[in-house]
Amino acid sequence: MEKILEVNNLTISFDTYAGKVRAIRGVDFDLNKGETLAIVGESGSGKSVTTRTIMRLLSSNANIDEGQILFKGQNIVDKSEKEMQKIRGREIAMIFQDPMTSLDPTMTIGKQVAESLRKHKKVSKKESLQEALDLLNLVGIPDAEKRLKNYPHQFSGGQRQRIVIAIALICNPEILIADEPTTALDVTIQAQILELLKEIQEKIETSIIFITHDLGVVANVADRVAVMYAGKIIEVGTAEEIFYNPQHPYTWGLLGSMPTLESEDDRLYAIPGSPPDLLDPPKGDAFYPRNEFALKIDAEMEPPFFELSNTHKAATWLLAPQAPAVNPPAEIQRRWDIFRKKQNQYSA
Amino acid sequence: MEKRLLEVNNLKQYFNTGSKNEVRAVNDVSFHINEGETFGLVGESGSGKSTTGRTIIRLNQQTDGEILFDGKDVAKIHGKAALTEFRRDVQMIFQDPYASLNPRMKVKEIIAEGIDVNGLAKTPKERDKIVNDLLETVGLNPSHGTRYPHEFSGGQRQRIGIARALAVRPRFIICDEPISALDVSIQAQVVNLLQDLQKEHNLTYLFIAHDLSMVKHISDRIGVMNNGHLLEVGTSDEIYHYGVHPYTESLLSAIPMPDPDHERQRRRIKYQTEPHDGKARSLREIASGHYIYSSEDEVAYYKKKLQHLKSEKAMAV
Repeated sequence: MEKILEVNNLTISFDTYAGKVRAIRGVDFDLNKGETLAIVGESGSGKSVTTRTIMRLLSSNANIDEGQILFKGQNIVDKSEKEMQKIRGREIAMIFQDPMTSLDPTMTIGKQVAESLRKHKKVSKKESLQEALDLLNLVGIPDAEKRLKNYPHQFSGGQRQRIVIAIALICNPEILIADEPTTALDVTIQAQILELLKEIQEKIETSIIFITHDLGVVANVADRVAVMYAGKIIEVGTAEEIFYNPQHPYTWGLLGSMPTLESEDDRLYAIPGSPPDLLDPPKGDAFYPRNEFALKIDAEMEPPFFELSNTHKAATWLLAPQAPAVNPPAEIQRRWDIFRKKQNQYSA
Repeated sequence: MEKRLLEVNNLKQYFNTGSKNEVRAVNDVSFHINEGETFGLVGESGSGKSTTGRTIIRLNQQTDGEILFDGKDVAKIHGKAALTEFRRDVQMIFQDPYASLNPRMKVKEIIAEGIDVNGLAKTPKERDKIVNDLLETVGLNPSHGTRYPHEFSGGQRQRIGIARALAVRPRFIICDEPISALDVSIQAQVVNLLQDLQKEHNLTYLFIAHDLSMVKHISDRIGVMNNGHLLEVGTSDEIYHYGVHPYTESLLSAIPMPDPDHERQRRRIKYQTEPHDGKARSLREIASGHYIYSSEDEVAYYKKKLQHLKSEKAMAV
């Protein structure tokens, strides 16, 4: 696998009236060419801040305290704003959650889609509009030629998101960052957009970082999954490993909170409490107060990553050799059984 | 014998009636909810599900049709006393936890407002106790009462909204997408809370949402809405496993599951819009408690489809 992006020990803090918020506390991950990496987490986990840092779109009160982001052999953290402008929209593109606020309501969509191309490459207005038309067709806007002169408000939510995707793709970026692109959309429209992204990935071979809190969507799109909590990645693995062999109690909690076709339980497994205040991060495992499987050491010392395979690791003391065996919730046992069966199939 | 707490008969809610911009948001919708049960109303944006909820609670004046709450015609409730009683009995929890709380009122004032209006507490001390008990019931604590909404997270604000709805001891709560804006694990907390409260206080819920999995989990019966019409009604299991209306099928087939193997195999069924063949359609029974929006000649087809689906699943087991 060829690495296209490397994030090493990324540490970010925000200066606020209440003090320094340590939003990202040492994050490492890679993105391989052609793959879709899902970053999963809830509000406050740091998933959006991480990707905005890749685009260097952080607010003025943000500090990149430590770490590097290596793209094409260069460290994005060191680049000037001028240099970043050449990368944004051209080599790394982003699509956001709410298409209505990410499209300019006063500009025709033809012009908006073409804008990125005109800015980054030396093309004439006519050529850029032709490219824009090609892209609008690619993303499935019906009657695209007639609609080039329409404004965003004349399109539905799903169509607007397609337009946003067209803008992101027009310069053929190597990396596409999709920050909750379907959260605001209905389930059938969501399904269409996910299908579109996969089709495009096949055609253009873009590598995608997909941020979401919806595990169903993750199962649909992701090759690999990184689970974030309180500014750190706490588990990372292939989709198979995360969904069928999850090891971190927080991952268990996330998987358990979703009602499924199978579960006939009356109550949902709900993680009690809420994420910690990152103004003063705890010294031990940040998940400790909400962790029903917590060990004494979790309060004192942050767990390191324990590796389960070349691709799968989790930062939980439960994987330490001296740790006691635990009984995860029934839903997780059910998934582990599936994983075991698969393993047996392959080794037999 | 189950008591029908809410009956909606041929409800129509049109906006801009008669003009070029007429919107038939709710177009001849009928269903009932029994006391103590949860009825899930499912549909996508623009289906009319929220408008239905808002018309039931009289935030809109219905264009036509009848809404009966505990046997009484809701549109005919007049006079301060009768209206106040209705508003005590029927409460609403809103979707947007950021927009539904008055940012200039302290949390305890927000919760106490209904208590004060209805004279449910005889002394300020009693009122404070009721408010504190409610805060604890929803998993917050009394110290939160002196703070303002902006000091809380989305999940906490939603709990405040629930406490506010409970303060007047309602019998029926309309939950309009109460969890869509919340994180997954907080959704689970709020759903568990709603279910616990239902058991404790014998509450009846109309649960409006677009997340089918959550609706299936919390509802006893489900109605699927699209374009102002109720297309299918049945028990939660029946709809989820044996939904036969093409729209229901398209909705069910579009839900992603946290299961990569399932996702690889899942094939989405696309819904072609409602047929415009001029046939008169209404909800017709195709099995006990299972209704489909269909014309008379389509009933036989749906009955067969349902039977076929059931026998297929029985054989697969």
